[in-house]
Amino acid sequence: MKITCNGETKEITPDTTLVSFIRDMNLNPDTVVAECDGSIIKRDEYDTRILSEGNVLELIRFVGGG
Amino acid sequence: MFKIPSFTQLTDQINSCTDEDIKRSLSAAHLSTHDLAALLSPAADKHLEAMAKRSADITAMRFGRTTQIYAPLYVSSFCTNRCSYCGFSADNKIERRILSLDEAEAEAMILHHRGFNHILLVSGEAPAKLGVDYLEKLALRLRNRFASISIEVQPLSTEEYARLFAAGVTSVAIYQETYDRDIYDRVHIAGRKCDYDFRLETPARAAAGSMREVGIGALLGLADWRAEGLALGLHLAWLRKNFWRTGLTVSFPRLRPAAGEFQPLCEVKERDLSQLIFALRIFDPDVGIILSTREEARYRNGMLGLGPTRYSAGSCTAPGGYSDPDTNGEQFSIGDQRSINEVCAAIKQKGFDPVRKDWDSAFQLQ
Amino acid sequence: MLKIADRTFRSRLFLGTGKFDSAETLKKAIEASGSEMITVALRRVDLNDPADDIMNVLDRTKYLFLPNTSGARDAKEAARLARLARAAGSGDWLKLEVTPDPRTLLPDPIETLKATEELVKDGFIVLPYINADPVLALRLQDAGAAAVMPLGAPIGTNLGMITRFQVEIIIDQARVPVVVDAGLGAPSDAALAMEIGADAVLVNTAISIAGDPVKMAAAFAQAVEAGRAAYEAGLGKKSSEASASSPLTGLDFIKD
Repeated sequence: MKITCNGETKEITPDTTLVSFIRDMNLNPDTVVAECDGSIIKRDEYDTRILSEGNVLELIRFVGGG
Repeated sequence: MFKIPSFTQLTDQINSCTDEDIKRSLSAAHLSTHDLAALLSPAADKHLEAMAKRSADITAMRFGRTTQIYAPLYVSSFCTNRCSYCGFSADNKIERRILSLDEAEAEAMILHHRGFNHILLVSGEAPAKLGVDYLEKLALRLRNRFASISIEVQPLSTEEYARLFAAGVTSVAIYQETYDRDIYDRVHIAGRKCDYDFRLETPARAAAGSMREVGIGALLGLADWRAEGLALGLHLAWLRKNFWRTGLTVSFPRLRPAAGEFQPLCEVKERDLSQLIFALRIFDPDVGIILSTREEARYRNGMLGLGPTRYSAGSCTAPGGYSDPDTNGEQFSIGDQRSINEVCAAIKQKGFDPVRKDWDSAFQLQ
Repeated sequence: MLKIADRTFRSRLFLGTGKFDSAETLKKAIEASGSEMITVALRRVDLNDPADDIMNVLDRTKYLFLPNTSGARDAKEAARLARLARAAGSGDWLKLEVTPDPRTLLPDPIETLKATEELVKDGFIVLPYINADPVLALRLQDAGAAAVMPLGAPIGTNLGMITRFQVEIIIDQARVPVVVDAGLGAPSDAALAMEIGADAVLVNTAISIAGDPVKMAAAFAQAVEAGRAAYEAGLGKKSSEASASSPLTGLDFIKD
């Protein structure tokens, strides 16, 4: 199943939850914000949200800035 | 809500100022209220010429060499207040008159033909006889003949001010008379004007009602003029902070002989008035300063360019007095009896431009 | 003590966290500065470098996070970033930065006002970054901004307080705290901002690109304290002339 994450195409298995995808990317779910198809996903829904074919995902986090 | 310290505190602050304070205040770029207190102090008297120079320089920078001319139009001498200092006090036996809308318009047209473009509608405080309806109707009649219409009437509500603004009134003059609560209570014996706080909040209501300009002032001769000056400065600063879009003017009418024969409670000399004007100009470079015809021609001529920016001329303080100069029932007697042309000539002679029109009612949306 | 919205701060130096050579230097600089509020930005995670996470060195318990909306070119983008920041758990505080011109990074006044109005309504505590425009500062305060952040000079220029005169007007008229942000290149610039009455300053570039950022952070902290102390002590005014009288303003017309 294909989704887009941060502009890149990623191959995932069906029934992948958002939290497991984030962990697969070697990211810490506690410090990452997720936007799926333009909507922000609440952190407490990371482990219940199932990803679908064609989802456009944005993973964002804090970086240094002025 | 605007809060003011007691007069004792204001006086203490003024008296605590040193000569060093005064010198610093004269050269400061931004003045604090403590600087104003210093300039109002007795010790500042010997610096009067330096204050005059600084005041003149600031006035020139902000206002150029112009003086705005306006005329008061008394529309009613009925009043429900009893104020010991005023010719219109309810217990004074004078001829009372309220002009009909046609009569008021006729008076206004006399002023219009004389060349006035700024008019101040004045009345005693008798809402049942003269209220917002009257003022609204009169403003609608006059708005196309005058560049601006100001009112000096009873305190109104924000909604009422907004209504009058829509009708063409652009500014409101409302003087606290005295910021000293004790003296305020002493001289206001009966009527709605006894409510010190309601009156104190009126400038804010007028500003909230979209008035372009609000004029505050104190009647000199009631309480200590120095503390009144400091109170006025505090009021100006508060209004600037909370209603930054509103222009401000300040006026200090000095008590003159009136029908009730009230003797001023304190003496205020011309020199004192000058110090007050210079101090406020230095403290607030942008405030319009009005010098009324209560003062004599000699003094008004001398003060041109030193701080004041608005002069009334050819004034009559009795309703109907422009049509009929023998009309009785004036609020106070005039010190400067010159006509508008004479005042303008004197202004020009001193090298200033008498501005008969500043602003345009056409800018005011219907 | 400085109060912004419902928080009090002992330190009047806020720190930006961008442009540091390493997370370790950043961490030490924050400690040296004594700052209680730091700004962070929001960016896409670099999927090729997932471990590069600034949150490894930043301690939420020690200072308040102020996410900025840097990168936003209009109010819509700023609002999106604001909501992402809130979802990231940074609370309601927001430094609103709308900079459509990537060359100068100067803030767009119109989009900033629009975004402030929208975000204040949505419960954000908005600190807008603006050019030192006094009327804009007033409009933003009317719209509910919790503070205003006028620039001393454009971001990264280190030119100091070139907007001094306008900032003084803003301070004079302000009903909320004024935080001078951007362009402060040296501790003396920060001291000057505080001397003229700013409530706080925000410094980033000058510290991050200094030879020794940790030492520079400490220097800025001292400068901010010195400037504030001077302001509270009441600086003596400079006097230009001490002339006593002038023939031009003879007051002989006064009778009594």
